[in-house]
Amino acid sequence: MPRFHGQSNHAPVDIVNQLQKQYVDYLSSLFHEGVLDDQFTQLQKLQDESNPDFTVEVATLFFVDSDKLINNMAAALERSPVDFKQVDADVHQLKGSSSSIGAMRVKNLCITFRSFCETQSYEGCLICLQQVKNECAVLKDKLQNLFRMEQQIVGAGGSVPLMD
Amino acid sequence: MASNGLVSPRRRSSDQFDGSDPSPCGSEEVHVLAVDDSLVDRKVIERLLKITSCKVTAVDSGLRALRYLGLDEEKTAGDFNGLKVDMIITDYCMPGMTGYELLKKIKESSALREIPVVIMSSENVLARIDRCMEEGAEDFIVKPVKLSDVKRLRDFMTRDVGDGTSSDGGGTTHKRKLRESFHESPPSSTVSCASSSAPAASTTRSRSPSPSPSPSVSSSKPVTATTDFDFMGFFSIRGKSNNGRHVEDSDQHLNCLKEETVA
Repeated sequence: MPRFHGQSNHAPVDIVNQLQKQYVDYLSSLFHEGVLDDQFTQLQKLQDESNPDFTVEVATLFFVDSDKLINNMAAALERSPVDFKQVDADVHQLKGSSSSIGAMRVKNLCITFRSFCETQSYEGCLICLQQVKNECAVLKDKLQNLFRMEQQIVGAGGSVPLMD
Repeated sequence: MASNGLVSPRRRSSDQFDGSDPSPCGSEEVHVLAVDDSLVDRKVIERLLKITSCKVTAVDSGLRALRYLGLDEEKTAGDFNGLKVDMIITDYCMPGMTGYELLKKIKESSALREIPVVIMSSENVLARIDRCMEEGAEDFIVKPVKLSDVKRLRDFMTRDVGDGTSSDGGGTTHKRKLRESFHESPPSSTVSCASSSAPAASTTRSRSPSPSPSPSVSSSKPVTATTDFDFMGFFSIRGKSNNGRHVEDSDQHLNCLKEETVA
């Protein structure tokens, strides 16, 4: 059985293959559902031995950022009168960072959210805020699953497949 | 140099220098100043630039950029804070000073106007693009920024360096040169010369102005998972003071959003 230098353990090849296949299937489903778009693949391509955690790091930054922005939006919507320009500015920021990591559904929700800011629709904004919150939570959950699968593959001595 | 000697069959570490494959830029690396208020975008652009073998300094505002370039109220232009900057890449929409305003200030400065400035924007608005190009921007990239965008910039920079005159003789046509080069297919080979990677704290570094950028020592991380991003809690950042959203004036809206956007 081939040995991989630097690996702490090495599972049988068919287990690695199975893990890799599950990973590819899961990631494919995320693209298929529109949770992620090609920009996510772009980020994965930037990962290598010198930056093995790049995608996780960017995702982490995104969630720190989005949490703060969502809290800002919620606070702004609670104030009277509502400063829709400020909410819009925060949504714009979230749209930008979600686009940069390939979080397509979040990005699209932000586009809708901005149109409600423009028309100064309080109810529309509240609904969008809730949807954005939910979508970020879903994304976080799915990315955690994805990264967990990556760790399992690497831990078993395999390499993480890149989507084309 | 990876200490465990692991070499992936797929990809070599960008920190390894392959002596048999000389860098097209010779011994000098391209130093890019990246300006973006978004922490996520700064991280991405920084990585994109490093992977194309550029030295990167990332700052989070136009003001900080000007300060780094030695162009602020107290100092005279040309009083450089650090290494010579070969290119500036800036986000358009930022609180305080927009990328457009930064561009204007740079082009107004006799010391800095020769530095190519690239604008990045999420909005693909022709009026905005034209305005930036008229003001002397080298190129305009629609976000999200991809590796192909940065490679194109890199190729442009290495063509420009050491070749003083452009083939069209410079002048106003030079402004369009980079945009037009997009239609040519850039060289497909990636550069694998030694890159100086700033320590991972470069994004937090922008908070406290440092007098000089990091030395050119490559620090490659070990392949095993680092403790900063442990598996179960890997969405929590420990010990980071900068949680990203730097707004110089919290009441200030993004002025760039007042522009008309394309339907």
